[in-house]
Amino acid sequence: MSLKTGYGTETETSETVIYLENLCKSFGENHVLRNFNLRLNKGENIVILGRSGSGKSVLIKCIIGLIKPDSGIIRVLQQDMSGIGLRELDQIRSRVGFLFQSNALYDSMTVRENLEFPLRRHRREMSEEEVARLVEEALTNVGLPHTINMMPSELSGGMRKRIALARTLILKPEIILYDEPTTGLDPITAGEISDLMIELGKKYHTSSIIISHDMHCVKKVAEKIVMLIEGKCYQEGTYEQLKASENEAVRKFFES
Amino acid sequence: MWENIKNSVIEIGEIARFFIRFFREFFRKGYEFREMLRQCFFLGYKSLGLVAITGFIIGLVITIQSRPTLIKFGAEAWLPGMISVSLVREIVPVITALICAGKIGSGIGAELGSMKVTEQIDAMEVSGTNPFKYLVVTRVTAVTFMVPLLVVFADAISLYGGYLGVNLRGAISWDLYWTQVMESLSFGDIIPSISKTFFFGFAIGIISCYKGYTTQHGTEGVGRSANAAVVVSSLMVFVLDLVAVQITDLLQLI
Repeated sequence: MSLKTGYGTETETSETVIYLENLCKSFGENHVLRNFNLRLNKGENIVILGRSGSGKSVLIKCIIGLIKPDSGIIRVLQQDMSGIGLRELDQIRSRVGFLFQSNALYDSMTVRENLEFPLRRHRREMSEEEVARLVEEALTNVGLPHTINMMPSELSGGMRKRIALARTLILKPEIILYDEPTTGLDPITAGEISDLMIELGKKYHTSSIIISHDMHCVKKVAEKIVMLIEGKCYQEGTYEQLKASENEAVRKFFES
Repeated sequence: MWENIKNSVIEIGEIARFFIRFFREFFRKGYEFREMLRQCFFLGYKSLGLVAITGFIIGLVITIQSRPTLIKFGAEAWLPGMISVSLVREIVPVITALICAGKIGSGIGAELGSMKVTEQIDAMEVSGTNPFKYLVVTRVTAVTFMVPLLVVFADAISLYGGYLGVNLRGAISWDLYWTQVMESLSFGDIIPSISKTFFFGFAIGIISCYKGYTTQHGTEGVGRSANAAVVVSSLMVFVLDLVAVQITDLLQLI
């Protein structure tokens, strides 16, 4: 892969699962995204790297339909997200997992209820036995089957992240959007979470967009890195390519 | 000054939009009935103890304080009738609504506020759930129906407190006390008093949900939302009480 500066309009192929073209989003005078382009292919893991407040979280929230972009094209799994109906949006969301930065576990529910929630909402026809089996499988995948009846407040930061990951994966999504998955964790736990992301990604053949500042995590999981600077795709390439970049704004990330 | 006025007008507009959205979502297909029942349990049943103690004390205190004045006029025998009208018409509905504004309002404001700042509401949305319907419609409906039930319960407890209060210094039989209470109360006392509590409940629910659902600025915002939910809904209880008394007066039910 060659190092690319800037990002032109990429062509969409049958392998493309997420396609963004000229995406713009502003909050008042703050222009967060300016003609942002991105293409995520099947089985690919892309890391979006950028400074805090550069619009990375806004970008993935636009993809999942939590924030409406001002203009531009978003196509997820070949479905155009502009003007999409609620039913179609729910169908897309059942195929796209989202791991929130704050984990977003429901405080008033047990671990079991947290995991059952997306299943009961997206797979209403599923039997009780099947729901129980999938919950058990998801917890085993993240190595925490004993926490099934615990409340989120009883779990450590790393355990909460694992449970959140289990909840994201329980619907067996084709794409996963990770919003800073290792933020706030100690280096050992962060490394375990990165390994888990790679392992589960391989097991379920998912494609993913990962937002992270943790360069150890980035190095482990990224097949391609996209630099988001000034709302645009500033540069893209592999970890090694960007580390060797002559551009100071890019290199600074890898020096820290 | 100008900025404050502008912000207040914007907030009133936002509340109006929230209010309209509530009715739109309420009548939209797919009701979260199980969640509403769960909220009825948490918001209603879990408030019974507090409401019972408050009602009992209010009944007892009003009776003890009213006695000397009635004795002055030689009208001690009117005590059960007088306290029953005061309690059922005004004191118990307002006090119970204020207790609910404090307990339920702060609970909803803080719960929804923390859900908002920790992205739980977003998580609900990506899990194929309409968070407004699941969190707001269910809670507002539950509070609207639970506050009147709590008021009826508190009415009964406060009248029992009144019975004990009368018997502290005097002597009245159980049967005579309740006969006098029932003779003093008419449907014109009970129906407006219960009817207004539906509006109290709705106001507490919608204001608390609005404050919680629109929380901003992290955990600091959660505290502000819980506080504002209690203050604004308590104020609304008094405003609605004033409107209710005017309507009752117009209908000549006083």
